[in-house]
Amino acid sequence: MIKRMLTLIAVLAVVAASCGGGDDSASAADCGVDEVDGDLNFYNWSEYIDPDLLTAFQDQYGVTVTESFYDSNETMLSQIQGGVSYDLIVPSDYMVAIMIEEGLLIELNKDAIPNFENMDPQFTSQPYDNGAKYSAAYQYGTTGLGVNLAATGEDVPHSWALIFDPELTANFPGGVSVLNDPRETMGAALEYLGYSLNDTNLDHLAEATEVIKKAKANIATFDSDQYDEALVAGEVAVAQGYSGNMIVSIGEADNPDDFIYILPEEGATLWIDNMAVPTNSQSVCTAHTFINFLLDAENGAALTNWNYYGSPNAASVPFLDQEVVDFYADTASAKTEVIESQGDYEINYTDALAEAKS
Amino acid sequence: MPTDVDQVDPAQTVVTPELERDAERAQARRGLLIAAPSWLYLTLFFAIPLVIVFVYSFASRSSTGLTVLENWNLHSYRRLFDPLVAEIAFRSFVLAVATTLICLIASYPLAYYMATRPPRYRNILIILVMIPFWSNFLVRTYAWRVLLGSDGPISQISQALGGEPIRILFTNTAVLIGLVYGFLPFMVLPLFAALDRMDWSLIEAGRDLYANGRRAFLKITLPLSMPGVIAGSILVFIPTLGAYVTPAILGGARTTLLGDYIVSQFLSARNQPFGSALSVAVMSIMLLATVIYFRRGARTL
Amino acid sequence: MSQGTLTTARAEGALASLSWLVFAFLYAPIVVLAVLSFNENNNVGIWTNFSFKWYGEMFQNAAVMNALKNSLIVAVVSTSVSTVLGTATAVALERFRFRGQRVYDGLVYLPIIIPDVTMAVMMLLFFAQAFRMISGLGPHLNFGLSTISLSHIAFSISFVAVVVRAKLGQLDPALDEAAADLYAGRWMAFRKVTLPLIAPAVAGGALLALTISLDDVVVTSFVAGPGSTTLPVYVFGLVRRGVTPLINAVSVVMLTASMVLVAISLVFQRDRGAKTSTAEE
Repeated sequence: MIKRMLTLIAVLAVVAASCGGGDDSASAADCGVDEVDGDLNFYNWSEYIDPDLLTAFQDQYGVTVTESFYDSNETMLSQIQGGVSYDLIVPSDYMVAIMIEEGLLIELNKDAIPNFENMDPQFTSQPYDNGAKYSAAYQYGTTGLGVNLAATGEDVPHSWALIFDPELTANFPGGVSVLNDPRETMGAALEYLGYSLNDTNLDHLAEATEVIKKAKANIATFDSDQYDEALVAGEVAVAQGYSGNMIVSIGEADNPDDFIYILPEEGATLWIDNMAVPTNSQSVCTAHTFINFLLDAENGAALTNWNYYGSPNAASVPFLDQEVVDFYADTASAKTEVIESQGDYEINYTDALAEAKS
Repeated sequence: MPTDVDQVDPAQTVVTPELERDAERAQARRGLLIAAPSWLYLTLFFAIPLVIVFVYSFASRSSTGLTVLENWNLHSYRRLFDPLVAEIAFRSFVLAVATTLICLIASYPLAYYMATRPPRYRNILIILVMIPFWSNFLVRTYAWRVLLGSDGPISQISQALGGEPIRILFTNTAVLIGLVYGFLPFMVLPLFAALDRMDWSLIEAGRDLYANGRRAFLKITLPLSMPGVIAGSILVFIPTLGAYVTPAILGGARTTLLGDYIVSQFLSARNQPFGSALSVAVMSIMLLATVIYFRRGARTL
Repeated sequence: MSQGTLTTARAEGALASLSWLVFAFLYAPIVVLAVLSFNENNNVGIWTNFSFKWYGEMFQNAAVMNALKNSLIVAVVSTSVSTVLGTATAVALERFRFRGQRVYDGLVYLPIIIPDVTMAVMMLLFFAQAFRMISGLGPHLNFGLSTISLSHIAFSISFVAVVVRAKLGQLDPALDEAAADLYAGRWMAFRKVTLPLIAPAVAGGALLALTISLDDVVVTSFVAGPGSTTLPVYVFGLVRRGVTPLINAVSVVMLTASMVLVAISLVFQRDRGAKTSTAEE
């Protein structure tokens, strides 16, 4: 028994010793334009790219693209940290910051991505990766409110009050749906109070917790998945959610004119998914070529016309479906913020949401 | 029922202590041999990985959410005494107890019915119980959303009878229905296994003896099926305690549950030390409870 | 006696109706799920028109087909291995006394008790570390179907063991002894007497293992590798864009296939039954 314990401790020591490592210094890749150096392992969200685009890339460059899928940034991060080897990943904004800080991404070689100039400058100067050294924006969207005007009445304030003001929501048949995500949910409450969604003052967070507690009687569900369906099916009157799902579901409703998607005037979340190459990629140049391929004007438009998110590719605008263009037209002028990773303080958002719900 | 199997038959010729010891030793060797492959497997692919969790529970979290294997401390364990944790644990416990009881009540007649069918139908019936669960979990749960929603059949029946539309979705009832549904096979299978190929002549005898079906059931069938009841309740109770997807989809995640809380520590808060400490605590308590429950169950036989 | 029969008949009727009620409960969402697979709308929950479109698209969707294939491979491998190991575990724990048995006894329950996300994280860290150590020796291993299967086996063994153990605990061990005398060998005795008696439990354990493997998302998504996404992981990844009735269509095809298999095995069983009875005549 004792011998066994000793063996375990020995194993542990090894585990502990080698876990601290991972200080691969990230430097720009040495790749030429259109260079490929192997097949591409693409780690992406499910159904986030038109399969025809993948086929086109495979045909053009003679490499195989293997797609794998994840359901959250955190799962993806764990896998990359665990050393699973992928060539191209699609992390969201705050996750890019975390991965850069942990040295998990290589610096992109812009010489190998001439199409980078197609990128709308708004997306190369974001706080999570200022100058877009490590990442290239893939698609973007907003977090706002879907409203069933038939249930709420035509005249609604463009405000988070639609989900947080109990006097208002009490009149909504079915109640409202709020996201079940510490940063988004607490962020909306903070914005409702007039603070930034990146606010790191504990007193403000406590106020935000109170807002949710008071609103809870009329919050039918905390839901990050099915809010769009619940809204369109008439199960809830107002739903906080992501623009892409809202546009698709509203478009498919029996009576699309009853529904609107609004960005609250207090401020809404702008989120950006980005392409990035992990340090343990086996085909760095193929990854660069693929990024360049997607930043092409027509390919970029094909990407967006297929999944209905916003396109950061300025050159692709002439090729976009009018519906998508209209939907994102007011995003540029609206007051939006990108969620920033807040290090140790992140724990407080998680606790605040747990507290608000208990 | 004696659990010690290796008693040498007293009817056997002369049993010297030496022979007995030899037999015991041979027996122990054989037992170890049978156990060895899975022993090794679970040690390599479960026990050793588990040590990582244990070690992490004493580690600290870096500001980006990395686990730093230095500055060993008990912070994470101290946080377990936060009243929020107790509240969350209690809520999950109540839900798990309710789910287990309902599962038991719903499963017993079904298992009994299946076990008393002719052998040929028995296998079919048990597979029919399982087939629904080979569909995708998420679309199965979404189907429940349709059934329990305000446009669902239950609501429509109520409206047809002149009543109000009923929305069960986003209530505690919906959570219970979803959990009972999801874990029913975990109760039915062990119960069925225990009841199947039972010595029915015993029950016949019991019926003659007690001249009353109910008493025969309480005195003979139920005690005989006890190992199935115990195994089933463990297989339902424990996973329910950590369930979070069904409660979120059907109940609207309006309260935090234990599984939910642990997941959020590992994922959104990226606080592996606290997540590990929570897991270690839950596992220790549950293991203790399970072992005691099993021992007591064995004794009542 | 006549009164006794009457009560039994009534009890039997009540039992039957209760059972079919539970069956109705089990299949109610399945019926909804199947109906919705013919929904033309992109949203599962909003009915527009009847259509076969998702069945057509399903076979065109390479990602879904690949995920389905991966799921089936993992399910078959993990179920067969864990059924053997789990049954051996149950027999060893219930029928033998050996050193370290208590520790083993506790260890067997832990995979059921452990929260799935905790297991997911620890398996990932474990494999990552193991691979790093092995790659120092030469061979380069990567995550994939193998790591998924190994992890599924680790938790399935316990489910099989608990179910089989419950059955063994109910049987009289003296039966083994008698059989051992009769067949002059422990193994033969086990095969001829114990195994048939515990067969329903072994089958039940295997069915549980299969079901759990087919449903697992968290552990799988952590230990997966390039190209080894399983169906549940794929579907959970979809929630961001909305789950389409295509997944319902996949489920309906899987359910129909299982039912057909069951029906075929029923026919075969009946055939074999008929043959043996003729042979006996």
